[in-house]
Amino acid sequence: MQTTSFRTEHLSVFYGQYEAVKNISLNFPEQSVTALIGPSGCGKSTFLRSLNRMNDEISQAKIKGRIWIEGEDINDPATDVIQLRQKIGMVWQKPNPFYKSIYENIAFGPKYHGIKDKKQLDEIVESSLRKAALWDEVKDRLKQSALSLSGGQQQRLCIARALSVQPRILLLDEPASALDPVSTSKVEELIVELKKELSIVIVTHNMQQAARISDYTAYFYLGTLMEHNETEIIFTNPENAMTQEYISGRFG
Amino acid sequence: MKAMDERPVQVGSARSARFKKHHAEDLAGRSYTFICVALLIVIIISIIYFVASKGLATFFRDGVSLGDFLFGTTWDPEGNQGEPMYGVLPFIFGSFATSLLAALIASPLSICASLFMTEIVPGWGKKLLQPVIELLAGIPSVVYGFIGLTVVVPFMRNVFPGQGIGIAAGALVLSVMILPTITSVASDALSSLPRGLKESSFALGATRWQTISRVILPTVLPSILTGVVLGMARAFGEALAVQMVIGNAPHIPRSLFESASTLTSVITLDMGNTVMGSTHSNALWSMALALMFMTFIFVLIVRLLERRHRI
Amino acid sequence: MKAKLTDKIATFFIVVFSLLIVAVLVGLIAFILVRGLSHINWHFLTSVPQTIRAGGGIGPQLFNSLFLLVLTLIITIPLGLGAGIYMAEYAKPGKITGTIRLVVEVLSSFPSIVVGLFGLLLIVNTFGFGFSLFSGALVLTIFNLPLMVRITEQAFRSVPKEQKEAGLALGLSKWKIISSVLFPVALPSIVTGTVLAAGRVFGEAAALLFTAGMSTPRLDFTNWNPLSPTSPINPFRPAETLAVHIWKINSEGLAPDAAQIAAGASAVLVILVLLFNLFARWIGGVLYKAMTASKRMG
Repeated sequence: MQTTSFRTEHLSVFYGQYEAVKNISLNFPEQSVTALIGPSGCGKSTFLRSLNRMNDEISQAKIKGRIWIEGEDINDPATDVIQLRQKIGMVWQKPNPFYKSIYENIAFGPKYHGIKDKKQLDEIVESSLRKAALWDEVKDRLKQSALSLSGGQQQRLCIARALSVQPRILLLDEPASALDPVSTSKVEELIVELKKELSIVIVTHNMQQAARISDYTAYFYLGTLMEHNETEIIFTNPENAMTQEYISGRFG
Repeated sequence: MKAMDERPVQVGSARSARFKKHHAEDLAGRSYTFICVALLIVIIISIIYFVASKGLATFFRDGVSLGDFLFGTTWDPEGNQGEPMYGVLPFIFGSFATSLLAALIASPLSICASLFMTEIVPGWGKKLLQPVIELLAGIPSVVYGFIGLTVVVPFMRNVFPGQGIGIAAGALVLSVMILPTITSVASDALSSLPRGLKESSFALGATRWQTISRVILPTVLPSILTGVVLGMARAFGEALAVQMVIGNAPHIPRSLFESASTLTSVITLDMGNTVMGSTHSNALWSMALALMFMTFIFVLIVRLLERRHRI
Repeated sequence: MKAKLTDKIATFFIVVFSLLIVAVLVGLIAFILVRGLSHINWHFLTSVPQTIRAGGGIGPQLFNSLFLLVLTLIITIPLGLGAGIYMAEYAKPGKITGTIRLVVEVLSSFPSIVVGLFGLLLIVNTFGFGFSLFSGALVLTIFNLPLMVRITEQAFRSVPKEQKEAGLALGLSKWKIISSVLFPVALPSIVTGTVLAAGRVFGEAAALLFTAGMSTPRLDFTNWNPLSPTSPINPFRPAETLAVHIWKINSEGLAPDAAQIAAGASAVLVILVLLFNLFARWIGGVLYKAMTASKRMG
C-alpha cells in the first residue's frame, strides 16, 4: 500500500458513554476510492462524519485518536475547521441542494471563499457541472431553483457543489441509495471519473457498488475495523470469515 | 480545463485572506444574537425591578400594611370618608371570579372543539374550526369590549336582574377571548397522541365516547389543564375588555350581575388620574405587582403540568 | 345498548358546542360589519374626531396605528430575529438556555397593562420620551418580542439539518450558513408569523394608554418635517391609536354619534386584522413557491 497524507490513527468516536467507532487506523491512498462497508450501525457513517469534523455539531460526541490530512492533525485546537472543511467535500444520502438557483448552488462556495470575478465564477460553475455530468441537462436553466431538478439531478448537483471549492478529498455517505438505477449508474461513473483528481471515501450498503467502483474496501463491524484491503482481495479472498459472510450476503 | 490549472493558486491566496474574515464574521454574528438575548433578560429584570420597587413602596414607604392591602374591603384612596383606605380584596376577588368563571365556561367548549377537530371529523372539522379559532384569537380586545358593551350587557340586563354589567358579563366576554388558547393547546395534545392508543381501545369494542372519556381525555388531561391555566392567565391579565363591561364599582358584589372591579380595570381607570409617587399611585403599582406575581404562579403551574406530562 | 346511546348523546353535544363556537364567530363578525360598515366612508376614514359634535372621523387614529406598527416592527424584527437565531442555532441545551426560555415564557405571559405601566415609568417618565409614538413602539416591542423570538426559533428549527451540514462541508462560517443558507429557507414562516404578530400589535390598546397616550395633536398632513410637533411622522408626538380610540369613546365618548363611531372604528380594526391574517397566509405561500418552484430566481 502506498504511503499517503490522509489517514486515521487509533481513531475512536464516542457518543456519551457509547463507543461508536473503536480504535481505527486507516489509510486513504490518493487517486483512489475507498469503500466503507458493513451492516447498519457498524459505525461507518460515524467514522466518515468524523473525517471532516461533522460530529462537532453533536454536542455529546467525543473523539480519541488522530486524523491526519496533509500533515495536519485535524482535531488539533489550532486547526481552523472552516478552512479544513474546504479541503474535504461531502455528499449525503439524501440530496440537499440549497434553496437557491442551480447557478447559486455551485457559485456560492467559491464566492464565499473570495472569488468575485463573474467570468471566473461562470467557469467554475460550468466545469463543476461538467465534472458532475450535469452540465448538458441544466445549462439552459441555471437560474431555476435547484429544487426543480429530479432527485438524481439534485444529487449530481450536490456533487458538483462539493467540487466547486476544489476539495482534495470527497466523502460520500451512501450517495446513490436514494436514487433510481439510471441515476445510480451515472453517479458511479462519476465517482470513477473523479478519483483521477481526488481521494474518495464512500460509505455504501451496496456490495456490487463497492466492488464496481472502489480500489480499497474496509469492512466495519460493531465499530471495529474487521478487514481492510484491496477491493479485489476483499471480494475474492477475504482473510476474515465474517467479511466473507457479509459480502456474500449471508448476513447484514 | 485551463481555468482549473490556475485556480488552486487563487483559492490558496484567497484562503489566507478569508482566514480572518470568517472568524470576524462568526464573532459578529454570535455577538449580535447574544446581545438580542441579553436584551430580553435586561428587559425582564428591569420590569420586575421597577414594578416591584414601586409596588413595595406602598408598604415600606407609605406604611400601608400588607394585611390591610390584601384583605381590606374598602378602597377609598382619596379619603372621601375620612382616612384613605387601600383595601384591594374586592379587586382580587373580581379578577379571580371573572377568570375562573371564564375558564369554567370556555373549557368544556374548547375541549369539545378540539375533540371535534381531532376525533369526530378530523378532516373538514379541522378545516372549519382552525380558521375560526385563529380569527377569534385575532380579534382585538377592545373590539370584544365593544361587543360586550353593546350585545352582552343589554342581553344580561334583559334576562337577569340588575344592570347587565358585572362579573357574569366580564366572564362571558373573557370566555370567548380565551377559547382559542385552550382549544389550540388541547387540539395539539390530542393530535400528537399515538395512533395505537385509540385503535387498541376500539379493538376492545369500546364506543367512540368510551374511548374518548376513558382513554383519550385522561391521557391528555395535563395538557388540557395547561391550556386552561394559560387561558386563565390571559383572562387574569386582560384589562380593557373586562373594564368596559364589569361596571367598575369598588366593592365585592353580592351577585354576578352587580357592578364590580378587577385589578386590571382599576389600574386602567385610575392610573391616569393619580400623581406619580402618591400613595394612591403606589397602591396601583402594588396591584400591578400582584398581577405580576400571579403571572409567575401561572407560569409555574404550567411548568409543573408540563413536567408531569413528560413523565 | 346504553353505551351506544351515551356515545350518540356525547357526539351530539360535541358537535353542537363546536358549531356554537362557529356561530359565535360568525355572529361577532356579522355584528361588527353590519353595525360598522354603514358608517364607513371616505369622510369617516380621513377626517379628525369630534369631541361633542357628531360627524367625527378616525383619520389621525388610523394613521397613528399604521405608523406605530411600522415603528414597532422596525425595532422588533432585528431584535426578535437575533434572539430567535441565538435560541435555535447557538444556545446549547443546559441551565442558561433553560433560563432564557423561562424568561421568554414569562415575558410573553405578562399582562399588557403591566408592560404598559413599566413603559410609563421607565420610557415615558425616566427616559423622558413622554407620551409618544416612540414610547408606544418600545412598549409594543416588549409586548411583541417574545412572540417574534418563538416564531424565528421555530422557523430555523424546522429547516432540514442537511442544509446546515451542506454549508459546513463547503467550509462556510457558521454565521454565513445562518444568514445565507438557513435564513432564506426559514423566511416564509418568519414572514407569515411576523404579519400575524403585527395583527396582534395592531389591535393592542392596554399597553398604549399610558405610553403612546390618549390624544393626538392637530396634525398637518402637509408637514413632513419629522421634528415638527404637528408633523404626522414625528415619532416623539403623542398618538392615540385606533384601538385606544375605540376604548376611549366607549368609556367617555360625548359625541352624540359615539356608538356609531365605535362601531365603525371596530369594523375598520377587525377588517384590517382580517386582512393581516389573509395577507400572512398569502405572502408565506408566495415566498415558499418563489424558492422551490421552477420559476426564474436570482
